[in-house]
Amino acid sequence: MSIEIPLFYGNLICFTPIDREKDPEIESHWTHDPEYMRMVSLAPARPLAPSGVKKKYEAIEKAAEEGKNSFYFAVRTVPREGVESRLAGFVLIDWIEWNNGVGNVSLGIGDPKDRCHGYGTEALNMVLRYAFFELNLFRLTAIVPEYNQAALRLFHKAGFVEEVRQRQALSRDGRRWDLIHLGILRQEME
Amino acid sequence: MNGHLFLGEQVRLSSDDPLKKAEAFSRWRRDSEFSRLLDSGPASVWSVSKIKEWNEKYEDKDPYSEYFFTIHTIEDDRMIGFIGLDGIRWNHGDCWVGIGLGERDYWGKGYGTDAMRIILRYAFSELNLHRVSLNVFGYNPRAIHSYEKAGFKHEGSIRQFLFREGRRWDLVHMGILKEEWEQNARRDG
Repeated sequence: MSIEIPLFYGNLICFTPIDREKDPEIESHWTHDPEYMRMVSLAPARPLAPSGVKKKYEAIEKAAEEGKNSFYFAVRTVPREGVESRLAGFVLIDWIEWNNGVGNVSLGIGDPKDRCHGYGTEALNMVLRYAFFELNLFRLTAIVPEYNQAALRLFHKAGFVEEVRQRQALSRDGRRWDLIHLGILRQEME
Repeated sequence: MNGHLFLGEQVRLSSDDPLKKAEAFSRWRRDSEFSRLLDSGPASVWSVSKIKEWNEKYEDKDPYSEYFFTIHTIEDDRMIGFIGLDGIRWNHGDCWVGIGLGERDYWGKGYGTDAMRIILRYAFSELNLHRVSLNVFGYNPRAIHSYEKAGFKHEGSIRQFLFREGRRWDLVHMGILKEEWEQNARRDG
């Protein structure tokens, strides 16, 4: 661990601010994919117009500024020769309780073509480093629907363990699913 | 049809004017043990007018996203606490329940369990939810025991979530499904 290690640049992806002009169009496309929407949200899935995404960004930035208990990064691919950087997803730490040193982490890779390339794994490792060694949190929680097997694998691989299983908390496609809470302590990262 | 939806054996669920609620909450909040059993945020003290302002902001929210009641004793109609359902996810049929008895004299005597039984009946037979969730701090065995009596099952613990009095404590999650509540109701006649 050293102060020079970049917090916002990985080998494949980087953490960047929201681009309120260009990002809404791209994220709007993602929201038309019900599979993606159901992976990242428990709310009823519905497509968002670019204007709706823009409003969401404004709310995210306002919450981060006012509440000081959330951090959002737009995840972009690292530019390579001849290939421009592009928006690939997001990571979010929210519900931070500074007195307890706890927070909640979530992430999403929007375009199905961008999945299974290691972007999520790298983004998660980077956000853990940020949460534990910059924010100095003690632990993080991730809340994942039982049907999101890819996310469960990702979190387990990063060292999270299952802590809570809210039985039948979700209903989708005519059956019930558990809602799983995973956790990792800073000392488990070290 | 149940004509006594809000009535239990020791308590009934009620609604009180904003000023009365705010005065009680402000007083209860000055009991730091009450605050630390209720919230994971830093315990603090709040004026009556500040609490009234918050409550009013809350009441302006979507009326279908939360159901809040005050708890009154049946014997002398004293307001001793509150109980409420919030975070309702209508598409999934899940919600959170929170309860607080501000009047210490009524702790550990079954008043809270009774209020919880009333609100479970409300959640399952009026709101038609599928399950009710709650979390409770590891240092609150009295509440955990009450929730067990009301029919909640343990669903796991968020390890070392809280940091108080120089040590860390788990956040215990519990839940009850509609089918479990129905089984209990049949068993208890």
